[in-house]
Amino acid sequence: MGKYIVRRLLQMIPVILGTTFLIYTMVFAIPGNPVEGRCGERPCPPNYVAAFNAEYNLDKPLLVQYALYLGKLLQGDLGMNFYGNSVAHELAIRWPTTIKLAVMAIIIEIVIGISAGVLAGIRRGKFSDTLVTVSTLVLISIPVFVIGNLAQLIFGVRLGWFPVTATHGTFYELILPAFVLASLSVAYVARLMRANLVENLRADYVRTARAKGLSNARTVGVHTLRNSLIPVITYIGIDLGALMGGAIVTERIFNINGVGNFLYRSINQKDGVAVVGTITMLVLVFLFANLIVDILYGVLDPRISND
Amino acid sequence: MTELRRQRTDLSNEPVVPLQTDAASGPEEVLPDTTTPGARSLGSDAWRELRGRPMFWISLALILLFLVMAIFPELFTSKDPAYADLSKAREKPSADAWFGRDTQGYDVYARTIYGARASISVGILATILSMVLGVVIGIVSGYRGGWMDSVLGRIGEIFLAIPLLLGGILFLYTFPNGPETPFMIGVTKVAFVIGIFAWPTISRLMRSSVLQVKPNDYVQAARALGASPMRIIGSHIVPNSLASVIVVSTINLGVFIAVEATLSFLGVGLVPPVISWGTQISEASGIGLIRVAPHILLFPSFFLSLTVLSFIMLGDVVRDALDPRLR
Amino acid sequence: MTVGTGRTADVEVLDTRGAWIPVDGLVLEVEQLQVEFRTREGVAKAINGVSFVLHQGETLAILGESGSGKSVTAQAIMGILDSPPAFIAGGEVRYCGQDILKLSENERRRVRGPEISMVFQDALSALNPVFSVGWQIAEMFRKHRGMNKTDSLAQAVRLMQRVQIPGAAQRVKAYPHQFSGGMRQRIMIAMAIALDPAVLIADEPTTALDVTVQAQIMQLLKDLQQERKMGLILITHDLGVVADVADRIAVMYAGRIVEQADAFELYARPAHPYTKGLLESIPRLDQKGETLDAIGGLPPNLMHIPPGCPFNPRCHHAQDICRVDPPPPLREVARHRFAACHFSELLLTDSPELEVTQTTEEVEAHLERELQYPMTDAGLDHEEEVERGVEPQ
Repeated sequence: MGKYIVRRLLQMIPVILGTTFLIYTMVFAIPGNPVEGRCGERPCPPNYVAAFNAEYNLDKPLLVQYALYLGKLLQGDLGMNFYGNSVAHELAIRWPTTIKLAVMAIIIEIVIGISAGVLAGIRRGKFSDTLVTVSTLVLISIPVFVIGNLAQLIFGVRLGWFPVTATHGTFYELILPAFVLASLSVAYVARLMRANLVENLRADYVRTARAKGLSNARTVGVHTLRNSLIPVITYIGIDLGALMGGAIVTERIFNINGVGNFLYRSINQKDGVAVVGTITMLVLVFLFANLIVDILYGVLDPRISND
Repeated sequence: MTELRRQRTDLSNEPVVPLQTDAASGPEEVLPDTTTPGARSLGSDAWRELRGRPMFWISLALILLFLVMAIFPELFTSKDPAYADLSKAREKPSADAWFGRDTQGYDVYARTIYGARASISVGILATILSMVLGVVIGIVSGYRGGWMDSVLGRIGEIFLAIPLLLGGILFLYTFPNGPETPFMIGVTKVAFVIGIFAWPTISRLMRSSVLQVKPNDYVQAARALGASPMRIIGSHIVPNSLASVIVVSTINLGVFIAVEATLSFLGVGLVPPVISWGTQISEASGIGLIRVAPHILLFPSFFLSLTVLSFIMLGDVVRDALDPRLR
Repeated sequence: MTVGTGRTADVEVLDTRGAWIPVDGLVLEVEQLQVEFRTREGVAKAINGVSFVLHQGETLAILGESGSGKSVTAQAIMGILDSPPAFIAGGEVRYCGQDILKLSENERRRVRGPEISMVFQDALSALNPVFSVGWQIAEMFRKHRGMNKTDSLAQAVRLMQRVQIPGAAQRVKAYPHQFSGGMRQRIMIAMAIALDPAVLIADEPTTALDVTVQAQIMQLLKDLQQERKMGLILITHDLGVVADVADRIAVMYAGRIVEQADAFELYARPAHPYTKGLLESIPRLDQKGETLDAIGGLPPNLMHIPPGCPFNPRCHHAQDICRVDPPPPLREVARHRFAACHFSELLLTDSPELEVTQTTEEVEAHLERELQYPMTDAGLDHEEEVERGVEPQ
């Protein structure tokens, strides 16, 4: 198991280098871009540009630039945004809200998604199965921002059950956004769970379990479920990326003061440094989350770790 | 001599061809015998299965409807989507404007119809790009193996590490679409960035298909007979591995259309004056506007969702038909 | 008298048999068992009136090709058929005199596992990959005997030692994929004999193994059987495996038993043309260079079994009576020998009166031309799936 973890960590290093380089190049290696918009409508004065270049090492060769950037990154320095605030600081104060939102969404995703999937799987072909299958299909087809807008309209404005915006980031305010954020993933998790369960119910070891005189509840609940859950858990890790994208949209709609909204506003203001910093950090978080999921996978599936 | 009773099934008297199944595979990989004429291959079995399913025909019909809408919007409306009557802004649906008007007085129905073209174009282009890249890289990785496989795998991981939406935001932030960007350039840029971040999923799928097909006897036999790699890949490996890629790509088409809409919603995708469902919904958002004029939001949303739904449904139905164990 | 109260040096066999006592030395009686598979395309008669008995300590081999119904018989006895699409349409299965088909599912579960247990062909897929082997063996004790974790695991170790898995104490927490094929099969056997059943059904236990390991496993089964006085039902298509181990052999074809006899006598002189064909098709060293004498044609599609004797299209001795009259019943054709053929007596005495009405080539030509029973690939898959009890089309 330890070997497996070390192996995965080592594999991650080139990927981290590759992604940060890709991100950096896309924004900073293009001439003229980084300073765009910083000086208002007019182009920036040359000495400002020179100072900016010096600050961000833009006059050096690309690889050196990148290396220096990486160095700063490792020290937690993501640069300064338009207003002269440290990007890292801006993100730090917004993280807790976004994490709250994300965790709530993941819990919803797991609880509802897995239950619906299991229900549909064991009652395959019956009404509950069709219900789940159809509703997940519909849910996947409606983009997050449409669901967000509609939810805001129906549950916030018309019915008044939830606050329309969530500027304070309290738990109650975040319930509706969390459901909106989870909506897409719930559908995928339910479908995946159902498909896995159905497939595992045909497996030979199920027949063996029955031949051992075990009850149906035990055969499904213990033997099959454990096997079926494994791909679902790993999916949730991959899904984190989609969740991040969804968070940007959801935070915008509900005016949540989180990382996603910060990114959205930085894009609108053409704040290159903030955009790069935020995206880099999000990607790193995504990578580490996937590492944890991989380790979890190794724990759950002995075939992977005990090779 | 006693008459032997003939027993016929409802199948025609075709010669018997054994159907190979890869017992250890996942739900997608099944190997049809494509070389014997008149044989009951997986393809014809799947077709037979698909024919009988109403879901197949419904999704196909919807897709065709939207495709026609994208190519010939004039068939659906005679109104000009660029004509705005500010005095009638935010008007509810009426006989004059079936879907009402938006904040600038544009006819929502006309814009929805014309918006199909941009949205669907992005979807199709992005799917083609991701498929081409994914299939080629997947085949090379799987067939060649070795260091090339490792390198390509790492590169794929790098692209996979950046979530689709974030990558799209990043790229389109650097190369933004502006009001002057021509239609095709704008569409291509968005499609490009989606395809660039989506190919690793396809290539992984293709690679694992190739790895499952490669050790099979008929491939070894072809190699022993001296067939060139291109031929082996073209005639044996690709037909057998393509099934899952086709299913996933069909579903992806729907997903990509939704992604374009999301990018436009965030302001980085397609930009006005280009009309797409995403830009329409973006302009219709905001709690203040929705409260008073929900129709501006609802109609394009409905069209968007229906299009995405039909592609995903089609992919679902085709996947079920290709999976022999569900029959 | 209770079964299985033997004690060996390694394993203390639990005597909890209680209510189940063999009647006249018979542990299992199957009488006129009928199993149907009802599918969209029709009803397949997988088992068509199968009857046999099993005595305490006896080994009965059920021999047949794929599609003959042997696995379905086993699963019907165990009560693990997928229903739908499978339905038990008739007959009785008596364990120690009581018809277990009439038991409620709860009661049935107390028989399945502790009293009658089963070993399957592919141990890798038959064992749950995510639980340790010790956990899976111990489950029998935890669920059926209410033992706690430590005790049940200790029992598991003892069982693993009994089936000769080296280093059992260390490997009890290992996972199925970490063992070799032969070891995995032993683990399955350990799991099956855990509660000291009176009947062990082994469904092709050695088919997936290579020859040397096959012999070891068969020897293990034989030892265990003698030690515990178990009845053993061995299901196989391999004549070679059967020869050493079986006391009696039942040959199945198209869902029926076509011959039943003591092993030695069956090999010496078959009483049914199908058995004869099977024996003759075994490759022999002294026949090197000659054409292999396989039985022409293929087994019938179970949804369209030919009228008359189901074997008639492929039989070298088929006559009008075989094609027209109802299928011959399984009848006593000699002492302790049963066969379902109109001409068994002639076969047994090797009488010159027995005509050869078609050769293998003629059978093949006939079938190709007439498509007597259309064997489509769907039919083939279907039968294998019917055999394995998996949901067919």
